Amino acid sequence: MKIHEYQAQELMRNFGIPVLDFEISDSMKSGITAADQLFSSGKKKLVIKAQVHAGGRGKAGGIAVVKNLIEAEKALDRILGMRLVNRQTGPEGKLVRKVMIVDGDTGIERELYAGIVLDRDRERPVILASAEGGVDIEETAASNPDAIATVAVDPFPGLLMFQIRYLTEKLGLTGDAARSASRVFKGLYDMFIKLDCSQAEINPLVLTHDGNLVALDAKVNLDESAFFRHPDLKELRDTHEESELEVWASENSLNYVKLDGNIGCMVNGAGLAMATMDTISLHGGMPANFLDVGGGANRETVTEAFKILLADKSVEAVLVNIFGGIVRCDRVADGIIQAAKDVHMDRPLVVRLAGTNAVEGMELLKKSGLSLKTADSLDEAAKCAVKLAIGG
Amino acid sequence: MGVLIDKNTKVVVQGITGGEGAFHTERMLEYGTRIVAGVTPGKGGTECKKVPVFNSVESAVKETAADTSVIFVPPHFATDAIYEAAYAGIKLIVCITEGIPALDMMRVKQQLKSMGVRLIGPNCPGIITPGQCKIGIMPSEIHNPGRIGIVSRSGTLTYEVIHQVTAVNMGQSTAIGIGGDPIPGMDFVDCLELFQKDSETDAVIMIGEIGGNSEEKAADYVKNNMTKPVIGFVAGKTAPPGKRMGHAGAIISGGQGTAADKISKMKKAGIIVVENLGFVGKTLVNTLEQ
Repeated sequence: MKIHEYQAQELMRNFGIPVLDFEISDSMKSGITAADQLFSSGKKKLVIKAQVHAGGRGKAGGIAVVKNLIEAEKALDRILGMRLVNRQTGPEGKLVRKVMIVDGDTGIERELYAGIVLDRDRERPVILASAEGGVDIEETAASNPDAIATVAVDPFPGLLMFQIRYLTEKLGLTGDAARSASRVFKGLYDMFIKLDCSQAEINPLVLTHDGNLVALDAKVNLDESAFFRHPDLKELRDTHEESELEVWASENSLNYVKLDGNIGCMVNGAGLAMATMDTISLHGGMPANFLDVGGGANRETVTEAFKILLADKSVEAVLVNIFGGIVRCDRVADGIIQAAKDVHMDRPLVVRLAGTNAVEGMELLKKSGLSLKTADSLDEAAKCAVKLAIGG
Repeated sequence: MGVLIDKNTKVVVQGITGGEGAFHTERMLEYGTRIVAGVTPGKGGTECKKVPVFNSVESAVKETAADTSVIFVPPHFATDAIYEAAYAGIKLIVCITEGIPALDMMRVKQQLKSMGVRLIGPNCPGIITPGQCKIGIMPSEIHNPGRIGIVSRSGTLTYEVIHQVTAVNMGQSTAIGIGGDPIPGMDFVDCLELFQKDSETDAVIMIGEIGGNSEEKAADYVKNNMTKPVIGFVAGKTAPPGKRMGHAGAIISGGQGTAADKISKMKKAGIIVVENLGFVGKTLVNTLEQ
């Protein structure tokens, strides 16, 4: 799960990583008050940063440096309520509901990078450090991989002193700055393990003129599977950052991801759902979504799934692909028939059932009087849905 | 014969008295699996589906000589259940449970490796050697004893493929669902190695999906070590980057783990990659006729 920058900074502060004091504001009024207080306390420059779940905020106009209250007011007016659009947000962009207001006069000597990620290949947390911070680390990894130092940490001894020394040396730090960096790496690792993170990143990690380190930007992704032992972290979820349909689906324990096409898909099982999307695309169509109704496709789950699919106005045809296993296809068919009646199915529907009792299930569908098309194979079903979606 | 399990495998079900555990225990018994014990702490001395229930895996192993375990307990107890089985001397653990934290799996995997214990899953349908032993939740009816090895990261997608294999009058030696988590127990390479050595397996179908690089590692293994034909499929060509597609492990991150990359690497390694899922059965027939 993604969280906001200010939430990530708060988590990092709890683990001894130095961050700047900041204020959070969701309105002009509170924003101006906060800026006024910060200027009055002697700050010469402030940075106003849009809080959305996306990187590249600076280039997209979501960050402003202001020198006085008038500039602050202008920036707040522009950023709060803007739609931040870039490659990461997709064309619809993300609505900015909150800003972070922070001291902008840190006296930057150098910008560094520090991060930690669960490396699936090595099956270890891997700490990354680079003296070239402030830029996209993926670009650095591609263009100049030698500029990134990595250390894979064995969870049983944990992060060791010699590994920290290696990392700080790679950052070119000595003396107090090196000691400060050890605290940052230790803090990052401890946070990663204790909070079940999947990724954490400080970019840039700033070395100030007076030799201190400060985390100027922070990103933390959390493992949702571990929320049973971190009920407080669950509260950090911001459903505004997800599409309405995705929130709706998650409330009903359905796995749904909105896509750009016009063929709504309902499938049981994640792998088969992806393969169904791929087959649609192979026949020249575009899936409108990924939707996994899970192992027990019954009347209730199918009804809710139909509602979600039909609420998406770009859907022009619906394809249901169910592989019956323990759940028998005749029961699934019954669920589909009832659900299609309940939700007033107003768009063409193609159903393909396979597996246990598929023949009986298909018979039920044919006899139901519902205007739906049935298909014997996934390939046929996908072809049919593509044709119907273009009005064929 | 198949790999890992056969008609002599003695199974203990951890979480046997829970809803899922009891339901699937019954299905497995119907299939002929030798379920010798169940474990639910606090319910030792009782019976579930006529299977004796014990308080611990240790006592179950002592009394029944169970050698394989299947886990149906909820995610926050599952890590503990895996360790318990391993410490009790179980050598093959099948974990059906979905939603185990990734860092737990990281530690579990390292521990099991040092103990020489194999884990299938978590978040998987299990393993079946048709006609002999089924340990998991897959529908029995679609399977047929035969000579094709199956290994997959998915559940229903695997059933679809198995269904096609059975439909072209072939069968499976063993089908292994390795699960959809970012850090699985056994991976493709572990399973391919077993199938390559198995005298009863003629060809292997491997079903991958986006995320991670286990398909790429498998491609390397196939290229350097396998003489048997391998047919591959990768789900998620149309999946957008950065979005988790149901399975915790099915996510393209930082441009890594795309279907296109995996398919290209697999093809280069000599794996016969099927682009359209519907043609796996036909491709298998054509490959074996050559």
